[in-house]
Amino acid sequence: MYLSREEEAMLAGEYGYAAQKSMEILVALGKIYDAERMVEIKSAQVSGVSYKNLGEEGLEFILKLAEDGRVRVPTTLNPCGMDLERWREIGISEDFAEKQLKVIDAYLRLGIEPTLTCTPYLAGNMPEYGDHIAWSESSAIIYANSVIGARTNREGGPSALAAAIAGRTPLYGLHLDENRTPSIKVHAPRLSEEYEFAALGYLVGQIVGDGVPLFVGLGMPSRDHLKALGAGLACAGGIALFHVEGVTPECIRNPSMRADERIQIELREIREAVRELNNEGSEPELVFIGCPHASIEQLMTFLELLRGRHVKRETWILTSRAVRDQAEKLGIVDRLESLGVKILCDTCPIVAPISSLGVRSVATDSAKGAWLSQNLNGLEVKFGPIEMLLEVVVK
Amino acid sequence: MIELIGRAIKEGRAEGIALVSEEPISFYGGVDPETGKIIERGHPLYGSAVSGRILVFPHGKGSTVGSYILLRLKMRGLAPLAIINERCEPIIAVGVTIAEIPAVDHIDISKIPQGSRVRVDGRRVIIYPLNPVNSYHWR
Repeated sequence: MYLSREEEAMLAGEYGYAAQKSMEILVALGKIYDAERMVEIKSAQVSGVSYKNLGEEGLEFILKLAEDGRVRVPTTLNPCGMDLERWREIGISEDFAEKQLKVIDAYLRLGIEPTLTCTPYLAGNMPEYGDHIAWSESSAIIYANSVIGARTNREGGPSALAAAIAGRTPLYGLHLDENRTPSIKVHAPRLSEEYEFAALGYLVGQIVGDGVPLFVGLGMPSRDHLKALGAGLACAGGIALFHVEGVTPECIRNPSMRADERIQIELREIREAVRELNNEGSEPELVFIGCPHASIEQLMTFLELLRGRHVKRETWILTSRAVRDQAEKLGIVDRLESLGVKILCDTCPIVAPISSLGVRSVATDSAKGAWLSQNLNGLEVKFGPIEMLLEVVVK
Repeated sequence: MIELIGRAIKEGRAEGIALVSEEPISFYGGVDPETGKIIERGHPLYGSAVSGRILVFPHGKGSTVGSYILLRLKMRGLAPLAIINERCEPIIAVGVTIAEIPAVDHIDISKIPQGSRVRVDGRRVIIYPLNPVNSYHWR
C-alpha cells in the first residue's frame, strides 16, 4: 500500500502516539482490503460511546489516545448509555453515570462534537454528494451512502476514530465507483408507513446479505421512510448501500443503473417479517420510537396521532439534542411531555443498560429496535405501526 | 512438523496450544469479557476459554464492538496468545491491532488439529505433531 510522506511520518510516531496507533489501525485495514492508498476524509462518525460496551478498558484506550490525539476533521459521536441531563429520571446508577461522563470527556478532549446521535446528518454533520467520509453506526452509514450519496465503508468505532485522528481512511470498498453498482434488483410493493419500510429492509437484508439492492416500485418514499428502510437493511444484512429508482441521488445521476439478479417481494412476505419480529402475547413495559433517532417530522406526527390523550405506560421518543432543541422552540416538546411522553436524547434502549432498569418487554415501530431488543438484550418485543403503539400506551 | 505461510495482520510471536473452531467467532456478545469464555448459544466451542490459547477460527463476525472486547480481554490477561484466521475481517484486524495480539490470516485452518502445539511467528505458523502428552494439557 502506498503511503505519503506524512502518512509514513504518522506511522513512525512523529506525530505522537494517537496518530501512530491510528495509522496502524488504518494500515491493517488497508492490508486486508488490498487498498492502493489512503484517501482524505471530510468527516467522521464514531461509535463505541456507551460505557456498557466500552468497559473500563475501552475507556482507558480512549484516554490514552486523548493524551496527545486530536481529530483532524469534524467528528460526531454515536449515542451513549444515558440521557446526559435526565439519566437519574430513567433509573441509571450514579456509578454508571460517572463512568459514562468520563468517556464523553475523553472524546471531548480529542476534539469530537458530543452530538450523541445515530443521525449525525440531522445534527449538523451533513456531507455532500461524493464526499469521502469515515462513519460508523450501520444506520448512519447506509443513510450517508444511499440517501446523500457520500462514500463510506462500514467503519467500526476504533477504525472511525483512527480515521478521524489521521484525517484519512484506506481507499477501498464503497469509496470506489465499481463497488457502488447494484448487485440485485428488488421489485417491492408500494408502501406508505415507516414500519413497513423497516420490515422491508429487515426482510431484504436477510435475503441479500451484503450486496447492494436497487429498489423499484416503492413510489416516492420520504427521507424518514428511507431512514427506516436503511436501518432494517443494515441491521439484518451487512448492507451499507442501497438505491431507489428515481429517488436516490446516484440513481438520478445514473438512470440506466441496473442489476442482473432480481427478486420480487410481495406484501404478504412483509407481513410475515412483521410477525417474525413480534413475540406473541408480550406485554410491553416500555414503548419507544426513534430508532434511528427521530426527525422533527416524526415528533410532530406522534403528537398529532396522540390527539391529546395522556399515555399510561412508559413512552420514550429517542432523538438527538439538536432535533429536540428545534422541537422545543416549536412548542412540541412541552406538549408531548405534558401528555406523559419522555423525549430523551443522547441515548437509546439498545445501548442504555435497560435490563438493569427492570425492563423485560418493549414495543416499537423500528425493525432494528425490535431485532436488537430481542437478540442483543433478550427482551420480548411488539413491533408494528405507530397506531398500534399508541393503542398500547393510552390504555 | 508443518509450516504454513500466511499474511501477518499483526506481527508478533507466540506459542501455545491451539483452540480450533470451524465456526466464525463473534467477540461482542459471543465471548464474555469477564471470563474469556465463549458464550454464544449453540457455538461448537460454547464454554471454552479463549484465554492463553492460540485461537484458530475462519473469521470474525458480529458487531465492531468486538474489537473492544479483544482489547478488554488483553488488558485483563484473558486474551488468546495469538489469532489464526482463514480470512481476517475488520473486527479482528482492528481488535488485534489495538490489543497487540499477534495475528495471521490466509491459513488453511483445517491443517491445525485441535489441541496441537502451534507457534506463530510473523506470517509463519508452525504446527507441532499431536501426541498424547500435548493433547492432555489442552484443558
